[in-house]
Amino acid sequence: MNAILEMRGITKTFPGVKALDNVNIAVKDGEIHALVGENGAGKSTLMKVLSGVYPHGSYSGEIHYEGQERRFSGIADSEKLGIIIIHQELALVPLLSIAENIFLGNEQATFGVIDRSLTFMRTKELLKLVGLNEAPDVLVTNLGVGKQQLVEIAKALSKKVKLLILDEPTASLNEQDSDALLNLLLRFKEQGISSILISHKLNEISKVADSITVLRDGGAVETLDCRTQEVSEDHIIRGMVGRTMDERYPTREPKIGETIFKVENWSAYHPLHKHVQVVKNVNLHIRRGEIVGIAGLMGAGRTEFAMSLFGRSYGQKISGRVGLGGKEIDVSTVEKAVANGIAYATEDRKTYGLVLGEDIRKNVTLAHLEGVSKNFVIDEMQELAVANDYRAKMRIRSPSVFQETVNLSGGNQQKVVLSKWLFADPEILILDEPTRGIDVGAKYEIYMIINRLADAGKGVLMISSEMPELLGMCDRIYVMNEGAMIAELDSAEASQEKIMHAIVKSGRR
Amino acid sequence: MDTRTADEIEAPRHKTSRMEFVKTHFRDYGMLLSLLFIMLFFQVVTDGTLLRPLNLTNLVLQNSYIVIMALGMLLVIVAGHIDLSVGSIVGFLGGLAAMMMVRWGFDPVTTTIACLIAGGLIGAAQGYWVAYFKVPSFIVTLAGMLVFKGLTLALLGGMSVGPFPVGFQRLSSGFLPDVFGGQGFNVTALFLGVASIAVMIYFSLRSRANQIKHAVETVPFGLFAFKNVLLAFLVIGFCYLLATYRGLPNVLVIMAVLIALYAFVTNRTTIGRRIYALGGNEKAAKLSGIKTERLTFLTFVNMGVLAGLAGLIFAARLNTATPKAGLGFELDVIAAVFIGGASATGGVGKVTGAVIGAFVMGVMNNGMSILGIGIDYQQVIKGLVLLAAVSLDVYNRKK
Repeated sequence: MNAILEMRGITKTFPGVKALDNVNIAVKDGEIHALVGENGAGKSTLMKVLSGVYPHGSYSGEIHYEGQERRFSGIADSEKLGIIIIHQELALVPLLSIAENIFLGNEQATFGVIDRSLTFMRTKELLKLVGLNEAPDVLVTNLGVGKQQLVEIAKALSKKVKLLILDEPTASLNEQDSDALLNLLLRFKEQGISSILISHKLNEISKVADSITVLRDGGAVETLDCRTQEVSEDHIIRGMVGRTMDERYPTREPKIGETIFKVENWSAYHPLHKHVQVVKNVNLHIRRGEIVGIAGLMGAGRTEFAMSLFGRSYGQKISGRVGLGGKEIDVSTVEKAVANGIAYATEDRKTYGLVLGEDIRKNVTLAHLEGVSKNFVIDEMQELAVANDYRAKMRIRSPSVFQETVNLSGGNQQKVVLSKWLFADPEILILDEPTRGIDVGAKYEIYMIINRLADAGKGVLMISSEMPELLGMCDRIYVMNEGAMIAELDSAEASQEKIMHAIVKSGRR
Repeated sequence: MDTRTADEIEAPRHKTSRMEFVKTHFRDYGMLLSLLFIMLFFQVVTDGTLLRPLNLTNLVLQNSYIVIMALGMLLVIVAGHIDLSVGSIVGFLGGLAAMMMVRWGFDPVTTTIACLIAGGLIGAAQGYWVAYFKVPSFIVTLAGMLVFKGLTLALLGGMSVGPFPVGFQRLSSGFLPDVFGGQGFNVTALFLGVASIAVMIYFSLRSRANQIKHAVETVPFGLFAFKNVLLAFLVIGFCYLLATYRGLPNVLVIMAVLIALYAFVTNRTTIGRRIYALGGNEKAAKLSGIKTERLTFLTFVNMGVLAGLAGLIFAARLNTATPKAGLGFELDVIAAVFIGGASATGGVGKVTGAVIGAFVMGVMNNGMSILGIGIDYQQVIKGLVLLAAVSLDVYNRKK
């Protein structure tokens, strides 16, 4: 069988990070090729290189498709040749109909006038192909996620797809919808359409995949052929996580005291869909001087849990109890949560963490202006002293504290966010993906700051999608999946394999 | 452990070359320079009429209500919203004041207090929908604009109501009496001008000393001195000219106090800081424990009170309340704030900018009227100036 796609020696670097390192991957004509790896292993980056989101010239290596070398300068180029990518976050316009969505940008029109009956007819054909029984004029917003996924695929089919790329298509689908989708992929295979399937659900992969490429830390570890050999899930998991733990984490002697923070029966529902429970009866506790991690895949509900806890910043119908130092505390608004000693440093610093147009000084004091003011009047010199102090302590690299935060690098922005919360002097600090998008050197500094906090007797709750980071930093790790805490591991017994096993096992239930 | 000391991190820069400083702070001074340029231009083409004491007094009186509302509008715009209803509120509360005093027999003081409270309530009613119901402020205040325009007509029965008691008229037509009893020259006016500039210079010297003490980047001394001398010259010259006519109008004093107050609130207080954070990134502000809804609500209440004050001043100036009062004021006010460098997306803008913006509009109105340019082309020119000022600002920021 010939390969429809071969990517050779693909290397892609971002400032400070090597996202892909000499990756080779070959997809044979008419096969379903699974791509697996941890969060941040480089799967999405690889697909963006393939589809032209990162144009030729921004990476090194060669892409051979249908026997020729291709140099895509944008998505339009790859789409023209039948490479269609369906992203995890669906790219449909909610208030347009199914038909309008399918032919968006590719309208069935003569001289700009849309031919409605032709559009409807072709939509009906496509919907039949994907097995979606809906009228073409139904608005997309009225469809469930599973059906929206099918509309995306129908849209792909309308463009004469030859290589279909699905990025975690079943992440938000229930079992029935997932099965239907996987069967659809098998049907396409019979019609000669190749697919690349990115998924965390190994049981699904073993069901449909013909071959599997495992990515880890931006490199392709191995390619397994499921037709010639029996591939066990253990084998795949080992490939995904099997890196050595070197000196990437500062050492620390944990001095763990009594329990100071307790969450009991915490539940929250989706802000729009009030029947979807996103956080399910979570219980956890943190002791003084302890760094506690929450592991889990994207969409496991970790951020939702933390934000619902922090002043009900996420979700509705939130219930549960929070205790600090033996007393139940009120965390119903952010202000009360902060006043009661809780801080939450967000995973998305640009949207939720910083006022980007303001300078370092103003961002650092924002959560605790009382600390630099008297009778509502800010003491500018005291504020400046505080900001300069944190700039030095946290090693924020900038010409001065008057630098606007929009101009700082990711690592320095993160340090500003941390400074803000340290200045508010919380007892419990929740850190959501504290090192996302930060280069290795800055990561080390952030780890040092976290360790110092724990040594000062604070409790730290750390959410991270990088398992080695949790293993390297935490004294105890909770594993979360589909909104529930499914395991609690001591640092001595925890390993990436154990975490992955817990997730895979609970996902299969 | 990492053993590097803080010294190894680049120390803050103390000195910046003069040219570089002017370049980076061009926006701060550019507005003032353009205002001076526009004044100079009209002074020349009107053969000196613009700066005649009588005309200067008129200029202040004509623009006071726009300036006062621009202070509130600045906060609304910095918070990321807009208020289209202020013109109608001016008309409505002017009408309410007229009815209270002329028809219902209330005294001016009670009337003034009642109208300011009514302004606050109107602001609260609109702010409630914007802040807590998340209805876009454009829509809420567009509705308010129609509602209060209609209510003004209904309240006044479509007629003009006046004249007002003399005590109330003083609000707009009164002048500070001369305690020194100068003959043909109001010594108090000059004295207050000199006193206020002395206070201003004292504070800027003190803050400069403080900055130097804390090793903060400061304005080069030459520029600092130049700025203060220029400011002193302008303020004293202005007060001198007014002194040769009838002295300082009461409205000017109210306006000056309010400008100082709002400049202080926006620059130095926690509530001011929080409004800027709210406009800069509402989500981050909320997650920093700032009560964003309440703050939005309060900016609208504040706007309502200032619109009430502007309504009283405007009514007192005309000595009658008409159903057409306040028509189109919202446009002048909003234009003033944007000419003054505020950002339409929120988070950026200064009180001084808004005040200068208001005077740019005011001087152009006044100058073009003296030149006899019709109201038709005046609007065309004002529109083009607004577009030019804001596009220049956008262009500068992109660079």
